Amino acid sequence: MSMMKRISMIFRAKANKALDRAEDPRETLDYSYQRQVEMLAKVRRGVADVATSRKRVELQMNQLQSQSAKLTEQAQKALSMGREDLAREALTRKSGLQTQVNDLTAQHAQLQGEEEKLTLASQRLQAKVEAFRTRKETIKATYTAAEAQTRINEAFSGISEEMGDVGMAIQRAEDKTQQMQARAGAIDELIATGALDDASSLSQGDDITRELEQMSSQSDVEAELAALKGATTPPAIDSSAPAPAAEPAAVEAPVADEPVTPVAQGEKEEQS
Amino acid sequence: MIVRILGEGQFEVADAELDRLNVLDEAVEAEIDAGNEEAFRARLTELLDGVREVGAPLADESLEDSDLILPPADATLEEVREMLADDGLIPG
Repeated sequence: MSMMKRISMIFRAKANKALDRAEDPRETLDYSYQRQVEMLAKVRRGVADVATSRKRVELQMNQLQSQSAKLTEQAQKALSMGREDLAREALTRKSGLQTQVNDLTAQHAQLQGEEEKLTLASQRLQAKVEAFRTRKETIKATYTAAEAQTRINEAFSGISEEMGDVGMAIQRAEDKTQQMQARAGAIDELIATGALDDASSLSQGDDITRELEQMSSQSDVEAELAALKGATTPPAIDSSAPAPAAEPAAVEAPVADEPVTPVAQGEKEEQS
Repeated sequence: MIVRILGEGQFEVADAELDRLNVLDEAVEAEIDAGNEEAFRARLTELLDGVREVGAPLADESLEDSDLILPPADATLEEVREMLADDGLIPG
């Protein structure tokens, strides 16, 4: 049998099961309406929960991006001091962060999609619940218990199908949100470790560093290192152009007197 | 007839279009049996696009039940299998 038919039959069977509980059909109208209102509240809570998760991801993306920018700065500083090893370490960490940012960007898009879907589901359900309420009052006012059963069945089957659909949408959104929350904890930890703490700790390499190294793509690092070198050393003299100025291009201007401080101490506290 | 795409809403589809949708549906079913996730996704997308194309969205306040029900657009092969198993994804 076709997939479409099979899914519809399963839905209908569940709706009928719900109907069988009815004793006085008109009394069950109010009971059903009450359940619909509860479901509406549940889907609205679902929208709020997904929005909360989305905002958390946004916050993390911002934090990672500012850390990433800080690491670029540090790499530039390190390179201008002739500390290529330090620059490489900073860029390696940055590359690891970028992997997380990409991951978060995908999660963010997914959460946004869920939020939109649930918002629309909530609007549809609200319209149906209101229609049901009107129909319920008509049935109660107009029909005897015997006649009412048919009318109720008609109204019920449409709304219980919607309830099943919305219930499933909430469940799926919850599942996705939970998966992301588990990973969000790991990202928070990563953010808390901050950028390069100080140059001396670099050679030892903590767990995070090793992990980042594994995650980072070596070619990214090399490419960016090369680009940075290009930016900090004077451009090569164009051989075709006459170069009358005998200025020694090789000597690089020293970068101020101040010692390079890879990370300000206060930054860690800000992030926690 | 009325077709529901789960998570999306209901569409009124002319009976004359049913043959075409059945062909697309069979293609989805074949991929469910074959267990090929990628091909399943492509066929499901075609089927849902087909419904959206030939169907007119039903008003939100309509209380009609659907003749046919289709999985959500982002459903995985595994999820659809669970849906087809009676006590699977569909809350009852």
